[in-house]
Amino acid sequence: MTITNILVCGIGGQGVMTATEILAEAALSLGYDVKKTEVAGMSQRGGVVTSHLRFGPQVLSPQIMPGDADLLVGFEAAEALRWSHMLRPGGVALVNLGRLVPPVVNIGLYEYPDDPIAQMRALGLEVHAFDASAMALELGNIRLGNTVMLGAMADRLTFPADVLLNAVLARFGARKPQLVDINRQAFERGRQAVAARVEEPANA
Amino acid sequence: MGASLPGSVVASRLFLSGNEAVALAVRDAGCRVAAAYPGTPSTEILEELAKYPELYAEWSVNEKVSLEVALGASMVGARAFCAMKHVGLNVASDALMTMTVTGTEGGLVIAVADDVGMSSSQNEQDSRYWGRFAHVPVYEPADAQEAYDMTRAAFALSEAHRCPVILRLTTRICHVKGRVQPREREAHEPAGFAKDARRWVMVPGNAKPRLPLMHQRDDALRAEAETSEWNTLYEGSDRRLGFVASGPAFMHVREAFPDAPVLKLGLSHPLPIERARQLATMADRVLVVEETEPLVETELRAAGIACFGKEVLPRIGELAPDVLRPAVAGMFGEPVPKAVHAALQAVFPRPPTMCVACPHLGIYYTLAQLRNINISGDIGCYSLGAGQPWNALDTCISMGASMGVALGMDKGRGEADAKKSVVAVIGDSTFLHMGMQGLLDIVWNRGNVTVLLLDNRAVGMTGGQENPGTGRDIHGEDAPRIDFARLCEALGVKKERIRVLDPYQLPVLFKALREETKIPEPSVIITDRPCVLIDHYEATQPYKVIADKCTGCGNCIDVGCPAIHVTRRATEVKPSGKEVELAFVRIETSACTGCGLCVQPCAPEAIVHAAPEHPVNFLHKNV
Repeated sequence: MTITNILVCGIGGQGVMTATEILAEAALSLGYDVKKTEVAGMSQRGGVVTSHLRFGPQVLSPQIMPGDADLLVGFEAAEALRWSHMLRPGGVALVNLGRLVPPVVNIGLYEYPDDPIAQMRALGLEVHAFDASAMALELGNIRLGNTVMLGAMADRLTFPADVLLNAVLARFGARKPQLVDINRQAFERGRQAVAARVEEPANA
Repeated sequence: MGASLPGSVVASRLFLSGNEAVALAVRDAGCRVAAAYPGTPSTEILEELAKYPELYAEWSVNEKVSLEVALGASMVGARAFCAMKHVGLNVASDALMTMTVTGTEGGLVIAVADDVGMSSSQNEQDSRYWGRFAHVPVYEPADAQEAYDMTRAAFALSEAHRCPVILRLTTRICHVKGRVQPREREAHEPAGFAKDARRWVMVPGNAKPRLPLMHQRDDALRAEAETSEWNTLYEGSDRRLGFVASGPAFMHVREAFPDAPVLKLGLSHPLPIERARQLATMADRVLVVEETEPLVETELRAAGIACFGKEVLPRIGELAPDVLRPAVAGMFGEPVPKAVHAALQAVFPRPPTMCVACPHLGIYYTLAQLRNINISGDIGCYSLGAGQPWNALDTCISMGASMGVALGMDKGRGEADAKKSVVAVIGDSTFLHMGMQGLLDIVWNRGNVTVLLLDNRAVGMTGGQENPGTGRDIHGEDAPRIDFARLCEALGVKKERIRVLDPYQLPVLFKALREETKIPEPSVIITDRPCVLIDHYEATQPYKVIADKCTGCGNCIDVGCPAIHVTRRATEVKPSGKEVELAFVRIETSACTGCGLCVQPCAPEAIVHAAPEHPVNFLHKNV
């Protein structure tokens, strides 16, 4: 029984749940059994959000256990570090370098890690890091960061990248056709960011 | 069989959350009336139901009213439904404990969602107790498909036995999406109200003869549970350990121990004891996996079935595979497998925060400035006032408790608190839910309490639902709007002790609080800025910080707005020799909505209007 486990993490309002929903739609379109679960009780208030996606022939428990994630998708750098223990040995992390600093850090109670990506690599993890937030802003809207992250995942899945791209475009095509083209571009930017495998400066 | 599923399956599968699946099943069952008060993780059920024009849906003022509305509908023969979070059933329990005596006519299903793991609640309680306490059957779905199927079955069971039925959900059902195959819809026409005082008027003389009927019903339900299709035995090949499990825990057991025999409890109360006895013959040992209290375990032991339970499993939180595997290894004296994955990394906590420009920021900034006050709080976004940087909320217990707790603090205080003022903080919806009775008590019993009534025109924490103070109903249509000032006056607060203020005006708020806390009688300060997440809120021109002007005093940080970020820290030695920590700031202009709260405490006038760098995006207010 082969189940694919993808853990998407970030903070409330970043589009973590929407991205996972689109991934789920892609997996469903291939006929997989799919379960998706979130811990997001007060997430709309800037708290931590994780979304678990599991798909395969038959999925029982919706939760990914520590050490079982094939793919860790971090919408925020420190959140990716927080959930590093979820990756299986040999699993891959795709991380947005964009930082969202919470009030507890601004007040001075805690420190934001100097280099979360380097910390993850020191754990022996394969990490692909890129500034999805900056790419989204270059394309004109921070909300495109969501699609950039989906693009980054596209060549790391057990199914062809086009299946995911179609799920992205179908979602926007149905509601906002004028956004189809810009989302296609955002998807491609994310895809290239991982494909290029440039050893970018981690502390961007 | 009352509980068998109606109709054939319909066309295509859907991908639904447990909450969406319950809502669809309620609609498909021909339910006529659905009511709820919002509460995580149950809220989306009624939000979904409100989309179906073929049934009546309402937000009720509290859970007790929602259950009474459902009962009334059932009395006239309609199928009826209500939903609530676990603590909601505490509120509704008075009605439940007597409607189980009257019984029901139209099928009546109560969905109660336990927050196992406590992602968004003040306690973790096991609602399955209500089944035992109130003599009503309990269904426990294990995924979205079962949430759909069992909701349909619950209506049928309710009508077969003429009693309310509890559908016990948990966060891990409500908020998990899975594939759902719906079934054919039913039509259900109410039979009409049959007047019968001995049935519906629960005075002692009428209620007493009904008690034996309730116990007979228990017996019938017990027999039904033994043969119910929802209680299933999985034989399994590894007979060292058999499991009894229900709800999401069943999925976790199957995931972790795919070859073990399992008794899956779907209709979990009354407990099918004979099925459990059968399982016990199929395995060397039996482990009961239930979230969260040891109910099944206790009942099995009472029936003479040896089993393990809470002596090896935790009594709190979810029983996921990573909890089950080491517990079972421990039972067999096997070494617990060492983790192969990376260690848990220490990263700063990221607790929920108030939104950028939240009107509550002004309230807590001000409360944090006041000395010698005890602040009795309540349930809602404003519970976050207990956190950093404000630390300005001292209690949070249950819906509306801020009122009674404040009065008790006032009446109970001795010398230690004699010079302190008592302030109660409560939101609009919580006040209407259960707070206004407490205010009435304060007034009637001459309490010395200053009430801050934060009217942000929404049930904020659950996502901005309507309440009687918003002037809109569940569909967003115009509805009668309660006037909070007049309501407080009607409850007996003196007119001159009621003020309506803008919480963005910090000096006005500070002055009002100072004055009212000094007057030894009940007063109410109503603040009237809408929640920034609802569409009544209008953003204005955002602000920025002129870096050269910022002195690093940190006053603006004390507001607690998530759009204010520290760019640099420094230490300065004052002429007095005292060391002062400085924090220079910038404002995330793309998130700022121009509320102006941070501008007011800024001495050097370093905060000025900025042209927006990017369009303001409400979803990104937290950044």
